[in-house]
Amino acid sequence: MTTPYASETTTKHIGLTIWNAVKGVFNFLRENWLFALGFSLLLGLYLFGVIGSLMVDPDRASMGANPLNQRPSLSYPLGTEGFGRDVYTLMVLGIPNTFKIGILAGGVGVAIGALIGLLAGYRKDFLDTFFSSAADIMLVIPALAILITISAYVRVMTVELMAIIVGLLSWPLPARVIRAQTLSLRERLFVEVARLNGQNDLEIIFLQILPNLTAYLAAAFVGSVSTGILAAVGLEVLGLGPQLVPTIGRTLFHAFQYSAMFRGMWWWWGPPIATLAIIFTGLFLMSISLDKYANPRLKGARRG
Amino acid sequence: MFVFVIFVAASINFLIPRLAPGNPIGAITSRMQQASSGIENGQAMFEAYRERFGLNEPMYVQYFTYLWNTVRLDFGFSLSAFPAGVWEIIQPSIMWTIGLITTCVIITFVLGVAAGAFMAWANTPSIVKMLIPVTMVFAVLPYYLLALLLLYALAYTIHLFPMGGAYNSAIAPGFTWEFWKDVAHHSVLPGLSIVLSSLGLWALTMRGLMVNTIGEDYMLLAEAKGLQKQRILWWYAVRNAIPPQLTQLAIALGHVVSGAILVEIIFAYPGLGYLLYQSITNSDYTVIQGITLILAVSVGLAVLIIDLIYPRLDPRVTYVEESSG
Amino acid sequence: MVAETQTNGTEDKSVALSDRVLDVRDLRVSYHTPRGAVRAVNGVSFFLKPGERLGIVGESGSGKSTTALSLMRLIHSPAVIEGGQVLLNGKDLLHLSEEEMRRTRFADIALIPQGAMNSLNPVMKVGEQLRDTIRAHMITEPKSALNAHIQAVLESVDLHVDVMEAFPHELSGGMKQRVCIAMSILLSPKVIIADEPTSALDVVVQLQVMETLGRVQNELGASVILVGHDMGLMAQFVNRIGVMYGGKLVEVGPVRDIFKDPLHPYTQLLIGSLPTLESKEMFKGIPGLTPSLLAPPPGCMFHPRCPQAMAHCSDEIPNLIEIKPERWVSCHLYNGNHA
Repeated sequence: MTTPYASETTTKHIGLTIWNAVKGVFNFLRENWLFALGFSLLLGLYLFGVIGSLMVDPDRASMGANPLNQRPSLSYPLGTEGFGRDVYTLMVLGIPNTFKIGILAGGVGVAIGALIGLLAGYRKDFLDTFFSSAADIMLVIPALAILITISAYVRVMTVELMAIIVGLLSWPLPARVIRAQTLSLRERLFVEVARLNGQNDLEIIFLQILPNLTAYLAAAFVGSVSTGILAAVGLEVLGLGPQLVPTIGRTLFHAFQYSAMFRGMWWWWGPPIATLAIIFTGLFLMSISLDKYANPRLKGARRG
Repeated sequence: MFVFVIFVAASINFLIPRLAPGNPIGAITSRMQQASSGIENGQAMFEAYRERFGLNEPMYVQYFTYLWNTVRLDFGFSLSAFPAGVWEIIQPSIMWTIGLITTCVIITFVLGVAAGAFMAWANTPSIVKMLIPVTMVFAVLPYYLLALLLLYALAYTIHLFPMGGAYNSAIAPGFTWEFWKDVAHHSVLPGLSIVLSSLGLWALTMRGLMVNTIGEDYMLLAEAKGLQKQRILWWYAVRNAIPPQLTQLAIALGHVVSGAILVEIIFAYPGLGYLLYQSITNSDYTVIQGITLILAVSVGLAVLIIDLIYPRLDPRVTYVEESSG
Repeated sequence: MVAETQTNGTEDKSVALSDRVLDVRDLRVSYHTPRGAVRAVNGVSFFLKPGERLGIVGESGSGKSTTALSLMRLIHSPAVIEGGQVLLNGKDLLHLSEEEMRRTRFADIALIPQGAMNSLNPVMKVGEQLRDTIRAHMITEPKSALNAHIQAVLESVDLHVDVMEAFPHELSGGMKQRVCIAMSILLSPKVIIADEPTSALDVVVQLQVMETLGRVQNELGASVILVGHDMGLMAQFVNRIGVMYGGKLVEVGPVRDIFKDPLHPYTQLLIGSLPTLESKEMFKGIPGLTPSLLAPPPGCMFHPRCPQAMAHCSDEIPNLIEIKPERWVSCHLYNGNHA
């Protein structure tokens, strides 16, 4: 229950925060050219995929649609693979999927992680102990093993489903980082002032602490997207990914199955690896540049 | 803490098949039944399995029997290799995986520490400082991509290294020099994939930690005392930067193992990863569960070891039986 | 007479040059920042007699710590020693090779650092760190002899030998500071530089530490340079005191004389601002702000805040001149140059 005065300032507060954030983004890009570089790499690739998807005939990505094992030529710019699929079409259709998975998984992971981290760090009660233990445990268990186990049981895997599963398993790391930051921020004076002003716990968490965590959230998001794509492609390469839509990992899976590597069909396994290399380089550049803003002190982090 | 991890991992293992749509347990049992019908006494074994895992009982009884059996390392039978027990199948692979990963982790850690230390130390010759980031180019690629590239480049194109497996089947396994040389030869590429990919990140974090450490007050006194530069670098700076680096290692171990799984698959290295892949192909659910659990246990054990070593490296911290991070 | 004497102020009638343990001449240290060079130490000259205690006081930013550290060449970029001489028994420390300087450190000239809390390596036992010091100077004696020596030194600073097996975090602040004192006298240096050794300690421990320091210094026959900003502490401990302002020494003299009869306006304000137990007046500060070392005021550094400033003060930088035996001042009021 809020008094009219409080809700008025709250709305204005949110508005100001958003505007400052937008301004901040522009300045940030100007100062951090590494970040801009990484980001443009990714953006370029994504646009390549999206625009390309509009221009190709999706049927060319189906089995048997084209002559098999063709080397790259004018009609098949990246050749065709052992099952008759046009590699170029596969790439172009697969890239947006990979991005979708990455962003969705990353988003889910950071959202859950941040929420848990904020609550646990702010409240410091038994909830904190519970979630911290849970996070530590989940960090120890190899996520891929769990993912593989889960995926093995799921009959039909869609892009969205895989993204959610991957995201659900990646919350511990963002949670840890955000919790550590929340723990230190809550001791600051402005939180005390807000409390005296009558703001309740939730308002403090979301209006006071959260805006100060933008750097960490951004860094955690980039990291989460990276892990998400990594895990997703890993699953796809094992054949456990979405079966109905083309994805980069699955192309590699087929290539591997067909021993394309040993048959010298470089146009089959080369483009997916190159695409992945570009994606990871872009993500790496972004995370390196964000590092100086978000550097959780590891000393003592393990001891709470 | 360690026990808790195992407990949770086992429970997850228990829950997943039972929660997944499509009644995998039913699938397991019916497959087993099918398999058993072709074997002498197969039916009897199958019935014994049902009893042992209490599959006819209500859920909570199943849960406890499952936990009890897990502790006794009784994971039941493999579905595709019935009546071989799951533990029998997994056991030999464990050694390969642990050997590979442990060696790689140790090498990466040592190299990462050294690289990070040299990069942060002002007195390192500039040539060395510039060379190191070059090696970090590989850090961008995930383990398996690097593995694929290495496989293609060094095994297929140039026959420098074998293309897979852990040892040449022509040589009999045993503690002979010939055998171990062969094993080493086979493990270079998988090892290299893991080491090169992870090295970049370790070196970078080490460098960051070193930069912090070098700014500390005790570094000033160390220099004021007239200690030799080498001693200051290793015993004062690096020694203080290692504990947090070790913490990071503990956190990242789960990730390292995940990556190693894929590398094993690519190189057909007969470890747990490759076994996992084979079980997936065969839909051998019981083996999958067993492997997952063993992996979780291994990582948990490694983290426990690191936890125990930590106070020896950082005397300010004492090991407390903690229930949370 | 004024025109003839060397203007770096170290030509002295009472102490012959050869009797000086430490002779600092025109030391200059600058920090190179993106906005320009900051002259932290701007031509500092003083000397140290054997067995004496010299205090160097000044505000934060006056350059006293930088001066102390540069005597041992512990200055790192972006700070650079621009010039001058530091003569330790005739040897110019600034012109030694890296290796020679390394060997001189702690063997001839030692440091008790500011903040002993963090100056000991947290992961090494105290005993090991003490042995470190000795071994670094290639003194190869069997471990037992080393330990015996260390033990004797620890006893002289009132520490039990058990301290050797402890880690730094297991010791109290005062104990850690005394370990640092012990470390500094291990090799019997001739000069000990104590950089605000007690600023992080409470008053009672402060006294203990200073007493210990004084005692070991007397036993050793070494000279001490005590850098700090606590005038009260200085008054109790040192023989002579030097006042620094804006990177320069503005007054040097015996501590009692300076307290009784400060000559430089800055020193006068400084002494005047010290509260006494008797007077119940308002606190008197020194008006104005510390000078920017990046763009220093023309002429005398202090003239913008000086209540006795004359027109001449903004034209010419005053030199440190010995106007009375053992009394040096750097002020136009005393060198006969009036407007």
